[in-house]
Amino acid sequence: MRNLLELKDIGFSYHNLHGETRAIENISFGIGVGEFIAVVGPSGCGKSTLLSILAGLLTPEQGTVTVHNPDGSLRYPRVGYMLQHDHLFEWRSVYKNVILGLEIHHHMTEERLEYVEQLLRDYGLEKFRNKRPSELSGGMKQRAALIRTLALDPELLLLDEPFSALDYQTRLMVSADICRLIRATGKTVIIITHDLSEAISLADRVIVLSGRPARLKRDLPIHLTLLSDDPLAARNAPEFNQYFNTLWEALTSEEP
Amino acid sequence: MKNRKDPLTNQEKFMQNHKRHHVQIALLRLFLLVSFLVLWEISADRGLIDSFFFSSPSRVAGQLIRLSLDHSLFLHVGITLFETILSFFLVFLISLAAATVLWYSARLSEVLEPYLVILNSLPKSALAPLFIVWLGTGTKTIIVAGISVALFGSIISFYTGFQQCDPEKVTLIYTLGGHRRDAFEKVVLPSSVPILINTTKVNIGLALVGVIIGEFLAARQGLGYLIIYGSQVFQLDLVITSILILCLIAMGLYQGIQTLEHRIRKRMKS
Repeated sequence: MRNLLELKDIGFSYHNLHGETRAIENISFGIGVGEFIAVVGPSGCGKSTLLSILAGLLTPEQGTVTVHNPDGSLRYPRVGYMLQHDHLFEWRSVYKNVILGLEIHHHMTEERLEYVEQLLRDYGLEKFRNKRPSELSGGMKQRAALIRTLALDPELLLLDEPFSALDYQTRLMVSADICRLIRATGKTVIIITHDLSEAISLADRVIVLSGRPARLKRDLPIHLTLLSDDPLAARNAPEFNQYFNTLWEALTSEEP
Repeated sequence: MKNRKDPLTNQEKFMQNHKRHHVQIALLRLFLLVSFLVLWEISADRGLIDSFFFSSPSRVAGQLIRLSLDHSLFLHVGITLFETILSFFLVFLISLAAATVLWYSARLSEVLEPYLVILNSLPKSALAPLFIVWLGTGTKTIIVAGISVALFGSIISFYTGFQQCDPEKVTLIYTLGGHRRDAFEKVVLPSSVPILINTTKVNIGLALVGVIIGEFLAARQGLGYLIIYGSQVFQLDLVITSILILCLIAMGLYQGIQTLEHRIRKRMKS
């Protein structure tokens, strides 16, 4: 598999008047094209910092992020970022919300708008296009936020605990739903979660980070014998418990 | 068809109570006004108060009729209204522009902060004599006085409103590849609309205060001029009539802003 990006010895600290806080340290791993990677770790360990670096919102203080384009160019892949809350704007209709990215890029071409229409139809939001976000259910808001992200046709999708604001039952449904939709697009995905079951059922690969400063503790490929691609059914796969225990141990063990 | 004898549902009872409550409040307000006027008239009529100093509703009415007959009423009211509304719009535009610049440049806002605070707490009536010397007597001075009362508080409120915008929503714009300008246009400005409206409600009253201060000192027309003129020639009927008209103007302007607010909120929702 070709790598889309390669991280080498990434480090980052936050600075304030009281001193320096190491957020992440010596993190190296490759991100394969089309891979679905879950990143787990204790809360506050610097997972979001890692995503912000990948999104280009922060510049790493140490280490390098190398781009591997087939044509050898240095163009950074287009990134889509989903935050913890949907952040749909109440002063815009659902449709105006999902085309926000295109509006910002002044990229309202017929092709892009047609793609948005397609997604609205596929995701069952067609008849809600003129509604306000507050009139949508939690799951539909997440779908709208996903369309807003996909509208710019990102090559790399970053999801920062995108379901953590939902209650447990909705969360199971929505995460299964959204991840099925994302898988169908075949995009490269990195999702941050603190839910091990979610990580195993969704991802091809789980990366375990240590407590602050975050270091890479374990990089575990996941292969489930599955009859369907439903992430909820994945929880019944025979290997599920084994993976869960391995990850749990990695997460709770002392530094290697 | 609903039978008339059917007992009311709880929702209908609630609606009925709600309506009754509003009618009661309106009646009580009217009652307060009417009894004040009646008491005032009777006290003046019986000589309990000296109507030369305290006037009376009938004398105010007479004064109003005299002012309308020689058309000066409309002139004075019109001038004061025009100056107030113009000051109000200028305050809105200038403070929106200033707050936007402050939001764009965190460094500038940090530098200017103490100056804004001082200018805001300075009593603007102290500046009015200066304005007269600089700008002469007339409309220009009065409008500058009207602006000066509301402006600095308005800038501070607008800027604070911009700053209170959810930083995660701003981050969202950056994740979509936007720049600071996009963040301002798509998030900061629209999310500040309620604060802009609330500040505007305060501003209209302050603009009126500034205009009247200006008219006290530098006018030959307008309600502020009528009040000062009336007090100088001891025509207290004229003073009190003008003050009552000012009450009506203040109420009308506030109502106007509320109607505007209603329309904006409706448009943002539809």
